[in-house]
Amino acid sequence: MDFLTAHGADVLFYLFALLALAGAMGVVSMRNPMYGAISLLLTFLAVAALFLLRGAEFVGIVQIFVYGGGIMVLFLFVIMLVNLHRLPEIKLFGGQSPFAAVLAVLLLAFFGWFFLQVKFGPSLTRPEVFVTARGETLGNSQAVAWGLYTQQLLPFEIASVFLLIAMVGAVVLGRKQ
Amino acid sequence: MTFEVTTTHYLVLSFLLFTIGVFGIVARKNMITVLMSIELVLNSVNLNLIAFSYQLSDLTGQIFAVFTITVAAGEAAVGLGILIALYRLRETTTLDRAVELKG
Repeated sequence: MDFLTAHGADVLFYLFALLALAGAMGVVSMRNPMYGAISLLLTFLAVAALFLLRGAEFVGIVQIFVYGGGIMVLFLFVIMLVNLHRLPEIKLFGGQSPFAAVLAVLLLAFFGWFFLQVKFGPSLTRPEVFVTARGETLGNSQAVAWGLYTQQLLPFEIASVFLLIAMVGAVVLGRKQ
Repeated sequence: MTFEVTTTHYLVLSFLLFTIGVFGIVARKNMITVLMSIELVLNSVNLNLIAFSYQLSDLTGQIFAVFTITVAAGEAAVGLGILIALYRLRETTTLDRAVELKG
């Protein structure tokens, strides 16, 4: 029990990391895209939990809303729209899969080399409480909103225009001819 | 104790997710699965941003992660729209059949 009290967050990290990796493996290896989408949902939720463990409460909840809610429903709708009865005849991996395996091994080798070179120490401070210039203390959501509406206002507005363009594009693409 | 989770743990997990996602993008033939693999890659990027936001005690990483999620939502909507258009044209979601430009 003492071990869990002292290292509960670390144990949770390993649990959710394993879940995220299992979901990712499921996405690339499942033949039926429906199972792949459910594996992807597992990864989304595990990654949201990892965000929460790193003190990013707002981003974690947005991850569950947007990925687990919006994008997942979009994928499930499309999987149900298209006819997947002929899928078992199709080969799972294309002729380019040897290249993909070589690419994956190269990436892993590069990242392995990278992590042998670089060591990140413990974090500078615990960013649990944010203080504005006027001396007010803010929670995580308030602090993120403060940054979004002041320093990052231009990217924020561009993001809204981007979403409008994406919506119009999706409607035009999905429209009956 | 060496058990403590550091930024490096997050980076290793993120790079593993990234590699799995890239493998899925290149190797799989079904366009739905390729789009889902792209979501995996974007998620791994967000994991990096959050880990460094915590490491440096700076909120910009979290704000940027919100923008990444926005772009991922737009990408999913347009990508699935293209998928539906391809399905109307070819009655399949296999990428090898999308060969309109090939002679």
